[in-house]
Amino acid sequence: MSLLEIAEVSVRFGGNLALDGVTLSAEAGEITGLIGPNGAGKTTLFNVITGLQSPTSGRVILSERDLGRLSPTKRARLGMARTFQRLELFSLLSVRENIRVAADIYRSYSGSKDDPALVVESMIDKVGLREVADARVDSLPTGQCRLVELGRSLATRPKVLLLDEPASGQDDNETVAFATLLRELAADGMAVVLVEHDVALVMEVCARVHVLDFGRVIASGAPSAIQTDAAVLAAYLGSGAK
Amino acid sequence: MDKFLTFTIVGLSTGAIYAIIASGLVLTYTTTGIFNFAQGAIGMLCAFAFWQMYIAWEWPLWLALLLSLLVLAPLIGAFIDTAIMRGLEDTTEVTRLVVSIGLLVGLIGLANWIWKPGISRNVSPFFSGHYFSLADTRITGQQLITIAVAIVVALVLWLFLKFTRTGVAMRAVVDDRALASLNGARPNRVSMLAWAMGCTLAGIGGILIAPNVALDAGTLSLLIVNAYAAAIIGRLRSLPLTFLGALILGCTEAYLSGYLNSTPNLAGLRLAAPAILLFIVLLVIPTSRLRGRRQSREFFPMPSWSGTFIFAAAVIFAGVVLATTLSNGDAVTYAKIFSVGILALSLVPLVGFAGQISLATLSFAGIGALVFAHLGAGGNPLALVLAFVIPAAVGALVALPALRLSGIYLALGTAAFAVALDRWIFNLADFDIGPLHISLFQLGSTEVAPLNIFGYSFNTPARQMILVSVAFALISICVVAVRKSAYGRRLLAMKSSEAACATLGLNLVGTKLSVFALSAGISGVGGAILGTQLRSISPQNFDFVSGLPVLLLTVVGGIGAVGGALFAGVSLMGLLPLISLLGVFFAKVAGLLPGIAGVGLGRNPNGTVHDMRDGFESIARYRPAIIWLAIVIPAVWILRLAGIYGNAVFFPLLVLSPVAAVTFATLKIGGLEQTPTVDEIPLEWKGFIEPWKSSDVIELDMALGMNEVTLHVSP
Repeated sequence: MSLLEIAEVSVRFGGNLALDGVTLSAEAGEITGLIGPNGAGKTTLFNVITGLQSPTSGRVILSERDLGRLSPTKRARLGMARTFQRLELFSLLSVRENIRVAADIYRSYSGSKDDPALVVESMIDKVGLREVADARVDSLPTGQCRLVELGRSLATRPKVLLLDEPASGQDDNETVAFATLLRELAADGMAVVLVEHDVALVMEVCARVHVLDFGRVIASGAPSAIQTDAAVLAAYLGSGAK
Repeated sequence: MDKFLTFTIVGLSTGAIYAIIASGLVLTYTTTGIFNFAQGAIGMLCAFAFWQMYIAWEWPLWLALLLSLLVLAPLIGAFIDTAIMRGLEDTTEVTRLVVSIGLLVGLIGLANWIWKPGISRNVSPFFSGHYFSLADTRITGQQLITIAVAIVVALVLWLFLKFTRTGVAMRAVVDDRALASLNGARPNRVSMLAWAMGCTLAGIGGILIAPNVALDAGTLSLLIVNAYAAAIIGRLRSLPLTFLGALILGCTEAYLSGYLNSTPNLAGLRLAAPAILLFIVLLVIPTSRLRGRRQSREFFPMPSWSGTFIFAAAVIFAGVVLATTLSNGDAVTYAKIFSVGILALSLVPLVGFAGQISLATLSFAGIGALVFAHLGAGGNPLALVLAFVIPAAVGALVALPALRLSGIYLALGTAAFAVALDRWIFNLADFDIGPLHISLFQLGSTEVAPLNIFGYSFNTPARQMILVSVAFALISICVVAVRKSAYGRRLLAMKSSEAACATLGLNLVGTKLSVFALSAGISGVGGAILGTQLRSISPQNFDFVSGLPVLLLTVVGGIGAVGGALFAGVSLMGLLPLISLLGVFFAKVAGLLPGIAGVGLGRNPNGTVHDMRDGFESIARYRPAIIWLAIVIPAVWILRLAGIYGNAVFFPLLVLSPVAAVTFATLKIGGLEQTPTVDEIPLEWKGFIEPWKSSDVIELDMALGMNEVTLHVSP
């Protein structure tokens, strides 16, 4: 069984079916890609997985445990972490303080004996924010803000890491470094789920890719298979495309 | 049966008035996102204006109605919209709330200015002398016209929202302001119309209720708390549910007054019923979704320990100076600067750090004062601990139901609690709960013994002054310690994004509860100390409306720092009494100032103290200024103690010397440094002047106020 299983999840907003029976999984030690046009339901799916949005039907299973109606807080404590497409930084705090809040929270519920101050410093180095560690986050460019969110989620030592458009706002060099970082995280045994518009990055780092369109999974498989899938091409380029 | 029918009709006509007022509230809230705490005050103003024209000037009824409802009320609405509320969309919930509370306080002040309080003013019931019979029950003309007006209002609103272009636009703006404007609706026009209509509805309600009560600015404005409960039943969205809620409320009130035995302890229950009902509704209302990040321009720098200790030392020094120079009477008056300052300090962690709202600060202070009055026999300082613990426990209990909900509901929950205390609990005689004997204000006032520490009694005004200044300084240090701790960081994080905190594993309810308890506890201590100054306390010392200026002025001063709390204390208990000394006119102005400050300055998110900091920082960087202050201030004080001059010379000198130092230092330093200005590319030029980045898309979305909706084309 996979570390994270999403089974038949549907979400209805009024008359709009945002997710329609989505089933997919993410393995520990792997990067799983989730792509699809805007409005396909990627962020909604993340909200369901982390408990910010209750599904109309379907289940989310983490380490063989059905999460049911658990609150976001409880899910986080079971090892779930995420970043946000629309940044959710602690804008009144510095980079270091942002990560420190997460490290302190982790320490308070996990009973970890690690010094949170040291955890924070290692996270700052890991995501490469040493030079701006004392800057207030709302003075940073978007690309770096996304790294703060990443560092913050890592400070809670997650088993499953959900990244929502983490590379948007990064330049090419930053993206290369970011790909390396993602591989390292997976190598540590984390299940990384990557929602990303940068299809090249997704194809490069992911072991498996799921494609969402209008709330449904229209294709799943290895990157090479996805790139030639007729349904995917139609969704991205329009049905008339050859 | 007759009795039941009679009270049902009374209930329906009261409910009809609530329905009219509450529908105006819902209309403005849904179209503008601003919960208008001043809705009742606007109704009050219209009722007074109507009284003036119809009764005092004896103008014809139709003219008085026309002028107050179709001219005055819409004008007030348009004025509020254009001059006050425009541009509040991007501000925090606290700011919006403070502005509307400022309006409430300001309008009460204005009415008290124009119509001298304490004079009996009555409006005779409409169609008095006309009765209609319904199965042996008499319905008065007033009751009938009230119910009829409510039905007409409901019909007109329904037709307007359903079938007119503007009405549809109004509903569109509710759903998504940005999207509506992209589709050609004009949010500004729509919001002005919503305000005008909201105020007219408030005016209709105010005039209809006027014959039932004696016209009093405060009472009339607060009657509307009852209407708030109706609006909450409609979840601030649904007009039909709001009408239903209003009728339930009206009938509950009527049945309570009809069937409840009129024992003194239960008489207040009828008055408090709407507040209690509001509280119950908050308990059962579904949980709102977690709040995401809110844009804000706030900036509260981390306080330094050295700065904090200098601040604390300066406060104590000020206490000593005041204690040694003021007459006994003045010392009693001005020592309240610090005790009210402590109440304001209680708001700093709650509102400033955690972004939660409480309108019940003064109520917790009242509980603290009562605890000290009854348990601190002989001024036992251990009772101060209880004056912290008991209000803290009550505070946690009060906040529990509302905490699942976001800002405005918490504000309303605490307001309901405060009003229930005012109207009912505080007026109870002694009672027993099992073995526990509860003593409150004992139907009047209660004596409070001065604090007595190891046999040293703080029983003179001078000793009191020093005591409160030290207490204020110590609590300030504690609040700064909270800000600098991991806990304080967590509060600020929660304020920025609850969603992110939850997904990191933070227990949001526990955190909010703890900060609420902390705040209520500090208020309790402040209240206990205030009680020892007042010597004798009564419910009027701790009523809901008197507590509002404390919140207003702390926000004006800067809710994120202890300096803001001192600002509130100094302005409320120092400057306003001083201004009032200048004469009757100035006393009236002083009554208006807190409201005006709330409306005008409440929107500066960092507060005025933050702006003044620059001046003090320039002193810190300019050594001669420090030396000047260190010599001149003690010298001025010593000369006063030696009797060289009186207070009339001393206080101007005392105030002028730091002002001179700041001015001089700013001139010196300002010449050396110029803050570099950053060239910001206007959003509409991005992509022309420099390459279009993906971060710009997000910025554009944010500027357009679009949440989840992303309109840009994918790559």
